Amino acid sequence: MRVVEVLAQEDPTRLPLTSFGNEPFWLTIAKALFVFVLLVLMTLFTIVFERKVVARMQQRSGPNRVGPGGWGQSLADGLKLAFKEDIIPALADRPVYLLAPVLSAVPAFLAFSVIPFGPAVDIGGTRTALQLTDLPIGVLWVLACASLGVFGIVLAGWSSGSTYPLLGGLRSAAQVISYEIAMALALVAVFLYAGSLSTSEIVAAQESRWFVITLPVSFVIYVIAITGETNRAPFDLPEAESELVGGFHTEYTSLKFAMFFLAEYINIVTVSALATTLFFGGWQAPFPFSRVDLLSEGFFPIVWFLAKTLVFIFFFVWLRGVLPRMRYDAFMRFGWKVLVPAGLVWILLVATIRTVTLEVEDRSTILLLGGGLLAAVLLVFFLLPEPAPDSEERSGAGTDLTARSEGGFPTPPLDLVVPATPRSLARGGAVTAAAPGPGGSHGEPSVLDTPTET
Amino acid sequence: MSGDPALAEAVLAATTTGEAITFWVLGPLAVIAATMMVLSRNAVHAALFLAGVMLSLAGLYAAQDAPFLAAVQVIVYTGAILMLFLFVLMLVGVDSSDSLVETLRGQRVAAFVVGLGFAALLMGTIASAVVSDDGTVRAVGLEQVNEEGNVVGIARLLFTDYLFAFELTSALLITAALGAMVLAHKERTEPKLTQREMSRRRFASGHPFPLPGPGVFAGTNSTATRALLPDGSEAEDSVSPILQATSGERAEGPASEGTQSVERSS
Repeated sequence: MRVVEVLAQEDPTRLPLTSFGNEPFWLTIAKALFVFVLLVLMTLFTIVFERKVVARMQQRSGPNRVGPGGWGQSLADGLKLAFKEDIIPALADRPVYLLAPVLSAVPAFLAFSVIPFGPAVDIGGTRTALQLTDLPIGVLWVLACASLGVFGIVLAGWSSGSTYPLLGGLRSAAQVISYEIAMALALVAVFLYAGSLSTSEIVAAQESRWFVITLPVSFVIYVIAITGETNRAPFDLPEAESELVGGFHTEYTSLKFAMFFLAEYINIVTVSALATTLFFGGWQAPFPFSRVDLLSEGFFPIVWFLAKTLVFIFFFVWLRGVLPRMRYDAFMRFGWKVLVPAGLVWILLVATIRTVTLEVEDRSTILLLGGGLLAAVLLVFFLLPEPAPDSEERSGAGTDLTARSEGGFPTPPLDLVVPATPRSLARGGAVTAAAPGPGGSHGEPSVLDTPTET
Repeated sequence: MSGDPALAEAVLAATTTGEAITFWVLGPLAVIAATMMVLSRNAVHAALFLAGVMLSLAGLYAAQDAPFLAAVQVIVYTGAILMLFLFVLMLVGVDSSDSLVETLRGQRVAAFVVGLGFAALLMGTIASAVVSDDGTVRAVGLEQVNEEGNVVGIARLLFTDYLFAFELTSALLITAALGAMVLAHKERTEPKLTQREMSRRRFASGHPFPLPGPGVFAGTNSTATRALLPDGSEAEDSVSPILQATSGERAEGPASEGTQSVERSS
């Protein structure tokens, strides 16, 4: 961090963190307006872009009527949404129902305020960074906004007073809690290498090498996690239209629905911009162009930033075009049993390497240490006794369940079949208990065996 | 580290207008939200008001130049813990509101006394941390604490002076998580079927398609009524086995009320 600060003072394209918040008022307003307009335009663009790309992947031509080449389609859609009838379900919890779309859209806008889209430039005689603001905890701010935005989805699901939205909200809550952990773990490695949580300093730390090269595992985990966080296919379980109609926004219409739509697309832009900032060098020009002053200084880096963001947006659209929706339990298992452990092990590795490279001066010591560690791990791996084949246990579905009652305490078997009620037995045992479940295969005397017609 | 009275005055005088405005906006908001949280009968509303309290607190932390604490407050408490609250509330039921019948005797009095005791404890701790025994202010001021940056300062304290407390807390949390897992654990009595096995079993059963829906007719509003097949006989598997086992009359006999009423109305 010290090093970064010293660099920042020497390099005219970078300003120290303290410069944020001490700018002329009009400049802050202008930047805020720029961010707002950029996000709204990006949303309008991304919706048509997504439809066109997906259409091309499916051998269609996509929207092509409104405006030049169909690019005005989302404007028309927005107008249509605004003029639709606003329906509030009778069973809805009104205050929460009205609050939810706002709670979803506002944090989406807020999150973008710490994203840097260019180096320091002169605007009206003031030297300022092309970034609305930066905080010592910049990336945490984005995480905080993301976790607030999800409240909108969960509350929308709850307040609609309807079954499918409730299921969507429930799924969303579980999804976010699970994937937020994996995402935060992926970011820790970036913080370790950048030595800072502020977005501008993270970009500065990637001047010589982008973090996607240094920390590829973090990048992969992050991309998977944000796909889950933003409810994008293949993880769009909260709004799975084949199972839950529309999920959390089933009961929403008109502008309130438009708010959810807006929030979703702004979130895509934000996570793409954050991925660019954290792993792809932010606004910095890629290698051959970074040698050319004209292309790597002044206002031009905004183009690089937007181009990189667009590549990410395309990637998300691509995912949606090619991958089927995951089953819910598979999704959860993947998050907890693959992503989180992988993230933890990776952080351990990164922290070790980082400490060793910072503390140990001698290169050969590092190599010796690393080689020794690797040898030790391999040795342990090969010396471990092979686990006994458990195929026998797997095929033994018909094991004696009564043996499982531990300590002689009379417990019912875990897969007990619901017995027929005395009333139905008295009526001749016409109707019987459960379907042929696991219990039926154990040869127990079951009421199922009795004839169904009397 | 002992300070002098001049520093204390300087600290007291350092409150800027912006800070004062923030406090007088967020403070009342937090108090109102906290009161409403206690008073609201709907559990989800109470959770929302709690979120309001936490956001106000985060704002106050940010105004006190503690951005890390503010962000963590939002991410951990509002984002994760309250989300878990909501998750559980939704599982419990959408419109379940708490009954206000006290099941524990003297609960309110006990809660009041314990609350007062906790407030006294908290004030005492803060006072002893800020002011030393001889009445001088011990707090050193924000610049000195944030010298290396807010995040670095907190990290240094957490992993040097308070390392033991930090590790103890994490051990406590892990124990709680493990306990919850042990309590919720269910022993499998048979191997879990893979998707391939389930699919194979379904096709082998001779019934690969979904079961028929129940026959809900104009006369009976019950899903325990069996559906009628084209030849007029009843579809046995159109009613959930649970319903068949538990509900008595409806699901039972052939020619139930439903079919009769349909015939009558035609």
